[in-house]
Amino acid sequence: MSEPLLSIRDLRVGFTTQDGLVEAVRGVDLDLEAGETLAIVGESGSGKSTTAHAIIDLLPGSGKVIGGSIRFDGTELTSLGRRQMEEVRGRQIGMVPQDPMSNLDPVWNIGFQVEETVRANGQASNRRAARRRVIEVLKEAGLSDAEARLKQYPHQFSGGMRQRVLIGIGLSANPKLLIADEPTSALDVTVQKRILDHLETLTSERNTAVILITHDLGLAAERASKVLVMYRGRVVESGPAREILESPRHPYTQRLVAAAPSIASRRIQSLAHRADDSEAGVEREAAEAAVDLLSVADRVTAPAATGEVAISFREVTKRYSIRRGVGVGSTPFTAVDAVSFDVRKGTTTALVGESGSGKSTLAKLLLRLEEKSSGSILVGGREISTLNRSQLFRLRATMQPVFQDPYGSLDPLRNIGNTIAEPLMVHRFGNAEARRRRVLEILDQVALPQLVLTRYPNELSGGQRQRVAIARALALKPEIVVLDEAVSALDVLVQAQILTLLADLQAELGLTYLFITHDLAVVRVIADDVCVMRNGRIVEHATTGEVFDNPQTEYTRDLLDAIPGAGVAPAL
Amino acid sequence: MSDNTPSASAGAPSRSTGTGHFVAEEEAELGAVDSIRAQGKPSNLWRDAWRDMRTRPMFYISAVLILLVVVAALLPGLFTHESPTACVLSLSNQGPSAGHPLGFTRQGCDVFSRIVHGASTSLSVGLIVLLLTTVLGIVFGAIAGFYGGWVDSVLSRAGDIFFSIPYILAAVVIMSVLSAHRNVFVIALAIGLFSWPSTARILRAQILRVKESDFVTASTAMGISRFGVLLRHVLPNSITPVIVSTTISLAAAITAEATLSYLGVGLPPTFMSWGNDISAAQVNVRTAPMPLIYPSIALSVTVLAFIMMGEVIREALDPRARASR
Amino acid sequence: MTGYILRRILQVIPVFIGTTLLIYFMVFVLPGDPVLALFGDKTPNPAQLARLREQYALDQPFIVQYLHYLGGIFTGNLGTSFSGQPVSRILLQTFPVTLRLALLAIIIEMVAGILVGLVSGLRKGGVFDASALVVSLILISLPIFVIALTSQFVFGVQLGWARTTVGPGAPIQDLILPAFVLASINFAVVVRLTRSSVIETSGEDYVRTAYAKGLGRRRVIPVHILRNSLIPAVTSLGADFGILIVGATVTEGVFNVPGVGRTLYQAIIKGESTTVVSFVTVMTLVYLVVNLLVDLLYAALDPRIRYVR
Repeated sequence: MSEPLLSIRDLRVGFTTQDGLVEAVRGVDLDLEAGETLAIVGESGSGKSTTAHAIIDLLPGSGKVIGGSIRFDGTELTSLGRRQMEEVRGRQIGMVPQDPMSNLDPVWNIGFQVEETVRANGQASNRRAARRRVIEVLKEAGLSDAEARLKQYPHQFSGGMRQRVLIGIGLSANPKLLIADEPTSALDVTVQKRILDHLETLTSERNTAVILITHDLGLAAERASKVLVMYRGRVVESGPAREILESPRHPYTQRLVAAAPSIASRRIQSLAHRADDSEAGVEREAAEAAVDLLSVADRVTAPAATGEVAISFREVTKRYSIRRGVGVGSTPFTAVDAVSFDVRKGTTTALVGESGSGKSTLAKLLLRLEEKSSGSILVGGREISTLNRSQLFRLRATMQPVFQDPYGSLDPLRNIGNTIAEPLMVHRFGNAEARRRRVLEILDQVALPQLVLTRYPNELSGGQRQRVAIARALALKPEIVVLDEAVSALDVLVQAQILTLLADLQAELGLTYLFITHDLAVVRVIADDVCVMRNGRIVEHATTGEVFDNPQTEYTRDLLDAIPGAGVAPAL
Repeated sequence: MSDNTPSASAGAPSRSTGTGHFVAEEEAELGAVDSIRAQGKPSNLWRDAWRDMRTRPMFYISAVLILLVVVAALLPGLFTHESPTACVLSLSNQGPSAGHPLGFTRQGCDVFSRIVHGASTSLSVGLIVLLLTTVLGIVFGAIAGFYGGWVDSVLSRAGDIFFSIPYILAAVVIMSVLSAHRNVFVIALAIGLFSWPSTARILRAQILRVKESDFVTASTAMGISRFGVLLRHVLPNSITPVIVSTTISLAAAITAEATLSYLGVGLPPTFMSWGNDISAAQVNVRTAPMPLIYPSIALSVTVLAFIMMGEVIREALDPRARASR
Repeated sequence: MTGYILRRILQVIPVFIGTTLLIYFMVFVLPGDPVLALFGDKTPNPAQLARLREQYALDQPFIVQYLHYLGGIFTGNLGTSFSGQPVSRILLQTFPVTLRLALLAIIIEMVAGILVGLVSGLRKGGVFDASALVVSLILISLPIFVIALTSQFVFGVQLGWARTTVGPGAPIQDLILPAFVLASINFAVVVRLTRSSVIETSGEDYVRTAYAKGLGRRRVIPVHILRNSLIPAVTSLGADFGILIVGATVTEGVFNVPGVGRTLYQAIIKGESTTVVSFVTVMTLVYLVVNLLVDLLYAALDPRIRYVR
């Protein structure tokens, strides 16, 4: 049995903090064969990125390998000196980082940044040879007009193009191993699939071993042959991808499988086709705290709908003028283009689109945070743009938002109690005592303990802050809640918890949700109706089942294909 | 470590040869998803900052120095009983003697007494300038940054205009022209009128950043008026860089007054100003350097104290340093 | 890019008008007989008074006065000093000296400041860093005239390393000590700016990626870290120049450098307000131009600025 290309034994990585040494990676074992693709899956804080960066000794800040061994191609990496490690990086082990914008130096052009890699890794000895190699690398990475692009700067490229450049750089010296750290999570959904496909082609052509780091179990199973699941610095389960997905044995892995939207959406799809509907309530041996997105979907598909229309968009258009040049001329930009659809009371309508689709703008128009250029928006039958100040004020109490970024949606200088009570104060709800009772009531509804009242946002986690944001939105008992990517920034398990909470609240309080997201998989779980937006227009509008079964436009089909896990048979 | 031997410690894998399916043993660690760990007292930016400041030695040093200067300004009698204006020419440039620890100036005045009494001048000018720059800077910066549009253009242009004239030069011009009216207020006004733009700019830049935050949008969606949003949410969250720049402008004002007095366009010689004293002592610097050195030290130490305090505050409020605590 | 340049230049015009208006306002609209006030504590003789009144056209409406004054700036007619010399001629004579001094100071503060800041930032928390921080803090706190007088005393009188005053013609070697004095405060500012910039840049993603590409420190530090850290330091040159102008006034006075600053210094001390006003006007305009140049330099250093709408 030949030695694996990469062999990690009992790896320990620690960071020095104010409170002493904190171990981020606590004894990880890993084997990777040449040409094999291994995925490391975990939530934030699991140590997956840290493990990968430890391999090439690029730990941030005070991080250090404090124990264990990393054997690569016969060499013990942890004992290498600085110069030797420099040799290994790039030439033997390449890396594709996560965020394409922040990983390219903004002050040098692309040609320069690729060329320095080529020269450093001994791929060319003189300028001309280097230039030729640079063009070659960029072409292989999928940039067709490579020569023209050499003198351009990173900010002039789109996200996908930048990532291609980074992939090109990572693979330029034909390394034996490529570490891909969430290479597509910062990109639009349809772009993600293309990039990952391309990456797969390149690495299989060259027989490059790949370590793929991701938080998405579905993606891991689709792209890798082996999966390693990490939790709090340890490996909790590892093995062949398919096996892990179909029969997860460790409770944590089981939770992940139950909570992953991409997997859930496939399961729901397949279940929906089964003749015998009683099987829809499939038993899962999940641990007590596990959340099963299937059951969430169940709750959602029985809406407290009365058929009444809560929100109505008619030919809504929003135009901006972008100043160009020396400030004399300006080009009009249509963010929202003649959008029309209805949202039924008590249901969830998902507004799906990639960046630039206009979905967030539409939400702002509904909340009257911006003024529409033309068309009409009716809430409860009334046109909202003709309201006077006091009418608008009262309308606001019936429509509240929850935003994406849990770290920016709460005022850092107010404690939680005041944050939730603020809408009550603004709308002069009762006296102090009545407000206090209401706040406690809502806290209970969002399952947060009372001790949170005197705390500040920086003391809570992302999921907890989102709950506070939801609590604040519910304070005035609104009818409509606009959720703008409200779960997109959360870890998988937390995300599942919040989705469950939202579904419960909707059933309990008869809320109408406008759910904005780019993730179609989540849509399958939570929405009744779907509107797909692209470049400001609605390209498809139907019930969730219809959109998934029978997508009418190619764009929708692309979005569906992009849900990771397409090639993996759903677990039943 | 040899391969293919299962290790005895918990959590160690049975060596997989690539086809095996490994499952870790211990489950005890699997916590509830997203639980709250409540520890210690509730803390926000201000409390954290205060706690951080108290751990730094520079905080205590500068606080003590500032206290010293303030006490000297308010209660000079505590430090010296000699009158700073009781000057006897025959004692010109004499060295230290009993009751006069730092010697005499060229005019025969007690150096120590003049230093103590000079503190109040410097502080008064500093505080008035501080008030001016803070009030004008905050008001204009907030309006420009928050309301934007043409108001912003006008205010920014106005700020640019005042900013374009280095404040000491402007003060020189004003004080030259108003030579009949030189007193603490006029100097402070002259300096302050040209220092507010930098505070305004800093606040404006911070407001531009903060106003895009989701919590600001949420408060608008709640129904709070625009002005209410500015006052209750945007301003408190934008004020931190202004606080730092405030201590710096205090230090700069003290320096400016001294420089102006040194140049002869500051306070008239009848006022007790360190700048005046330094200027007067310049003539004899080779033979009697001390009457120049002592006020210089007093001035420098005072300015240093405020700048150090500004440093401490800046580091305590720095969000990035906070994140790693 | 051209759009950016054009817009920047256009922005200068209203500021220029506003600034000159403001200076004029300060001098001529404040209480009291402006012409008499220009003489400060001295008593003018009637001939001088008459000449000044005519020069400043005080019997004309405000706008005419202002335009007259503005026209004077453009045609180089800046009035006459009390000694009878045209101010413009004085300026032309003294400007080259100050230019040499200023350039020397800028080179010193930039080169030394960036290097010290770089080493300080790279070795954060070390002995060098701690000392650099202390020294820069002290330098920022000391008023310029204290630094000038102290250096003159220590290096000129006590140690005898340099001349205490600059000789005729202001040869370069005489200018070295004044240049160091002039550079001192800004040096401290540049050190701090560069240091914090280096610390920030070192933690950036693209630096880590540069190492991941296989580059060594020899390449990463100058090409990626330093290059990005330069931006704040260079753009500080703008505000920097304001400090330089004021510093020059004091420094040239102390070291007797026959430059613009000393002339201004002497005019201030003697109460020659006409000269003061004209000089301040010119210096302010130079400051505006320098700021404009710095903004353009910033665009040259940071490609992101060039392409923003």
